[in-house]
Amino acid sequence: MRKVVEGSVAIAEAIKAVRAQVIAAYPITPQTHIVQELSELVANGELNAEFVRVESEHSAASAVLGASAVGARAYTASSSQGIMLMAEVLFNIAGMRFPVVMTTANRALSAPINIWNDQQDSYSVRDAGWIQLYAEDNQEAVDLHIQAYRIAEDLRVQLPVMVCMDGFVLTHSYEPVDIPEVEQVDRFLPPYRPTRTLDPTAPRTFGTYAEEGYTETRYAIVQAMNRAKGVIEEVAAEYEHAFGRYSGGLIQGYRLEDAEMVLMATGSIMGLLKSVADDLRAEGRKVGALKLVSYRPFPTEALAKALAGAKKVAVFEKAISLGGTGILAADLRSALHGYAGSAEVSSFIVGLGGKDITPDTIRKAVEMAEAGYVDSHFMELDEEFLREAAAVY
Amino acid sequence: MKVTIGLDGEPKGSLANKTGSWRSSRPIFLQEKCTGCRLCEMVCPDSVVFALEKKKYTTDLDYCKGCGICAQECPVGDIVMAPEADHA
Repeated sequence: MRKVVEGSVAIAEAIKAVRAQVIAAYPITPQTHIVQELSELVANGELNAEFVRVESEHSAASAVLGASAVGARAYTASSSQGIMLMAEVLFNIAGMRFPVVMTTANRALSAPINIWNDQQDSYSVRDAGWIQLYAEDNQEAVDLHIQAYRIAEDLRVQLPVMVCMDGFVLTHSYEPVDIPEVEQVDRFLPPYRPTRTLDPTAPRTFGTYAEEGYTETRYAIVQAMNRAKGVIEEVAAEYEHAFGRYSGGLIQGYRLEDAEMVLMATGSIMGLLKSVADDLRAEGRKVGALKLVSYRPFPTEALAKALAGAKKVAVFEKAISLGGTGILAADLRSALHGYAGSAEVSSFIVGLGGKDITPDTIRKAVEMAEAGYVDSHFMELDEEFLREAAAVY
Repeated sequence: MKVTIGLDGEPKGSLANKTGSWRSSRPIFLQEKCTGCRLCEMVCPDSVVFALEKKKYTTDLDYCKGCGICAQECPVGDIVMAPEADHA
C-alpha cells in the first residue's frame, strides 16, 4: 500500500512483510526508529517474531548469527559505532555463510563524535564478506530489504546482506512509499529453508578451527560474491515482474547515453547528482550519473560496460581511507584498470559528518575534474577553521 | 574431512587439529615429588594433562601447546619445561 511514512517506519514494515522470525538490535541514532517500530509491531502481535533485547551491538549480531544458525530468518540494524562493535561478528556471520539481513543507517564514526550522515561505517566493513547494497531513496530501501532475503538465502549465494541507507536523510524523511502486502511478498519470497542448522539431535559446530581448508573457505566466499552479481540482477528483474517497479540491481545509469562526464556515488546523494546532471545537460554539456547499488560484490564488468564511452568520472564519497584515498574511487580505478581507454577517475570527499552538499558543491567538483585529475579532494573545507587549526594540529 | 559450506564441524571433528605442532617447549613430568594434588590436570587450558596412575601424570603431546601453566603451578616443582628442539 502506498502511503507517506518515515523511512524507518517503512523499513520496519518491510521487515514485517518478509516475516522476519528473530530480530535482535540495540538502539543507536539514527537507526533507533527502525527497531523501535519493529519492537512495537512485535509487542502488538502484528509481527510474529522473537524480539531479543540485547545489551550491545556485539550481542545483537551474535544473537542473529545464532538465530540464523538454527534456521530462523533473522534481522538486525545498526549505525556508526554500533557497526564497529559488531565488526567481529559480521565477519563470523559471513564466514559461517548465514543469510542474515541487516540495515545500516549510515552515520559518521567517532572521534570527534558526530551523529549525522556519512558512509564511513559501512565502507569500513566492506571486507567482511557481506553483500552491501545502497539505497537512493526510501522506496528503494524498502525494495532492497525484500530483495536482500532472496539474494542472501539463494543457495548460489548464502551470504549475509547489508542494506545501507543514509541516516536522517532517508531514515528520518517522510516520503510516499509503496509497501508491499505480506501476501504479495510471500509469493516473491518463500520461507527460509536452511540446508544446515544447529540441531541437538544431529550435533555439529559452526565456525570451528581450521587450517586445512581455511584459504579455500575465503576463496569460496569470493566465488559466491561473483555468483551474487548474477543473482542480484536476476532478483531485481523478478521483483520488477512481481511488484511493477525496477529497484536495485548492480548499478543504475542516468542519462549515460553519449555522456563524457559521469557523476558517480552510492546512496541518497544520487538525487542531487542527477539533478546537477540535468542542469549541466540543459547547458549543453554531456553529463550523466551512475548509481552504484551493489558495492559488494563490486560489479566490475557492469561498470566497465556502463562507463565505456565516458572520458571522465567524478566520484563523490562520504567516506575515506585515512592515509589512503577515497574508497569508492580506488575500487573503481582498480576495476577499470586493464580496460583500454577507460575513463579518468577523480574523487571528491563530501558530506562527512553531515556536512551540507549543495548543487554548487557538485558543480565546482565537476569543473575541477574537467580541468584535470583530482584525487580525494575535500570539498567545502572551512578555510578559517583550517587557519586556526594549523597552529594546534 | 567432509567438506561443507562454512566448513561446519562434525562431533569430535576438532580432534583432527593436532595443535601439539604449535609447541616450542614441552612439560616434562619428573614423577619424583608428585603429591597427586591434581592441580596440573585442573589448570591445563586444553584438558590434556592426565594421570597414568596415582601420583604419575603426563600430557597428550598431540594437543599440548606447551603453555607451561602446569609447570608454573606445580606446588612441588615436579614439572619442568624443556625446549621442543631437544626432543626433535
